[in-house]
Amino acid sequence: MTPAGAVRGAAFFGALCVVPLLVGPQWVLNLLIFTVMYAGLASAWNLVGGYAGYPSLGHAAFFGFGAYAVAIIFENDVGDGYAPFRTLPIIGLVVAVAVLPVAWIAMRTRADVFAIVTITLLFIAQTLAFNLRSVTGGAQGRSIAPAPFPVETYDRPFYYAMLALLALAMLLSVAIRDSKAGLSLAAVRSDEDKAHGVGVHVTGVKLLVFAVSAGITAMIGGVWAYYVGFIYPQFAIDPLVTIGMVLMCFLGGRATLWGPVLGAAILVPAQQFLAYRLGASQLYLLGYAAVFLIIMVLLPRGILPTLRRAR
Amino acid sequence: MTTLLEVQGLTKSFGGVTAVDDCSFTVEKGSITGLIGPNGSGKTTVFNLITGYLPADSGRIFFDGSEVRRPHPARLYRHGLCRTFQQARIFPELTVTENLVVAAGHGWRDLVGARVSAADKRTARKLLTEFGLAELAGMTAAKLSYGQRKLLEFAAVLMSRPKLVLLDEPTAGVNPVMIETMEHHIRARHAAGTTFLIVEHDMALVMRLCSPVVVLDRGAPIMAGLPADVQQDPLVLDAYLGA
Repeated sequence: MTPAGAVRGAAFFGALCVVPLLVGPQWVLNLLIFTVMYAGLASAWNLVGGYAGYPSLGHAAFFGFGAYAVAIIFENDVGDGYAPFRTLPIIGLVVAVAVLPVAWIAMRTRADVFAIVTITLLFIAQTLAFNLRSVTGGAQGRSIAPAPFPVETYDRPFYYAMLALLALAMLLSVAIRDSKAGLSLAAVRSDEDKAHGVGVHVTGVKLLVFAVSAGITAMIGGVWAYYVGFIYPQFAIDPLVTIGMVLMCFLGGRATLWGPVLGAAILVPAQQFLAYRLGASQLYLLGYAAVFLIIMVLLPRGILPTLRRAR
Repeated sequence: MTTLLEVQGLTKSFGGVTAVDDCSFTVEKGSITGLIGPNGSGKTTVFNLITGYLPADSGRIFFDGSEVRRPHPARLYRHGLCRTFQQARIFPELTVTENLVVAAGHGWRDLVGARVSAADKRTARKLLTEFGLAELAGMTAAKLSYGQRKLLEFAAVLMSRPKLVLLDEPTAGVNPVMIETMEHHIRARHAAGTTFLIVEHDMALVMRLCSPVVVLDRGAPIMAGLPADVQQDPLVLDAYLGA
């Protein structure tokens, strides 16, 4: 990390830390929570989809694992309200390790085949969530005990938890990018067969970023479940969550540190705006798609790489 | 002399075509062995089989005194057997220096180290100076000319201090000056103790540089010997010119 990068990061997170103390309306903080959540998700996805160049469409499954883990453990009691947050690192670690065999198989395929394999994983996970009723509650979903936080500042702990996970995702991204593992990943993304030929630990670094990415995604899913309080298979393991993180990453710029954050900062508010404007008609999805078509035509590499090249 | 690489009865078929057919030859330590043959005689396939880019149907490979049971490019590379590709494969998105550093054959523990450490930079710098690429060190490799890419690919595999380098047409498609440059570098590295196995179509270069020369035809060696003998051999002339 360069000193300038450290300053930029500190300023960014410092500003985001004080925002909830300044803004009044609850809906703003609510929107911020989802924006920061998606920034974290897109940053986590960027490790696999950006730095390694493997376009996973299955990440919503890991989001769901974290969500269900929190829902199952904290169905009746959340203690002082912070117990679910304290459990997150364990959930993240367990998911990171548990996905390794699946990642090992999935990452034997590449590009569009990999995308299909991983989206299959998502639907398998969703089908399991619907049908393993004794564990997930099936279609009826599961509820989580409400947090005993004061009403006027109820959202803040969730916001800070999401912010901490975004910081974690970005710090790990920097650490990986600036290490030999990151250099190896860049080689894998560029020409995987050649990377084998110069002794790169190809499978090792791919599995490493997949595990890290899945672990962070699961932790964010855990905070989300606790925040919304009630989860169903179609929302906890939702293709739209996957699509969201992929699109934000593409919009901001794949394999860049700030691209996913920028993408989330644009798209989450835009999505909310379109949803309010166009109501429950689902027409907002068309608006969302239109935004995307425009981006793909005008900025296929994403905003940050395009700006960098223009400079 | 000791044998560094030995292949025995290597065979590979693609559907009905037997590209490599019961191919056996050896590469002696300290030699520059040439592997020649008409187009389609299976030279590159032999490279792919030896380096694990393709699985052989049958046959055995021995490298540096032990049998390579399941050849894998990365493992072999770390054991000192490396190759270049006919089309000069480099990592265009990485800088020239990074192209070298990534090929240094790092162990697991190095993965947490800095992307390009000061020591890496020094080692890369030395090699780039040797190859006349020093002023391009910080440049994205995508900007290099084809000849420079060939040099970079060659330089990169040397980062791991290999015992044996397999060069697949090192001078194909490059200008005459670059051919001389390439020859100079191969000789310099050979003098420093590296063994070479070279596939090459430039016969003048092969005759100057390689000894012995193995001639492949239809997937199997038809002759191996000194360049002068190979040039006279009726079987070889027949394979190249057809009868």
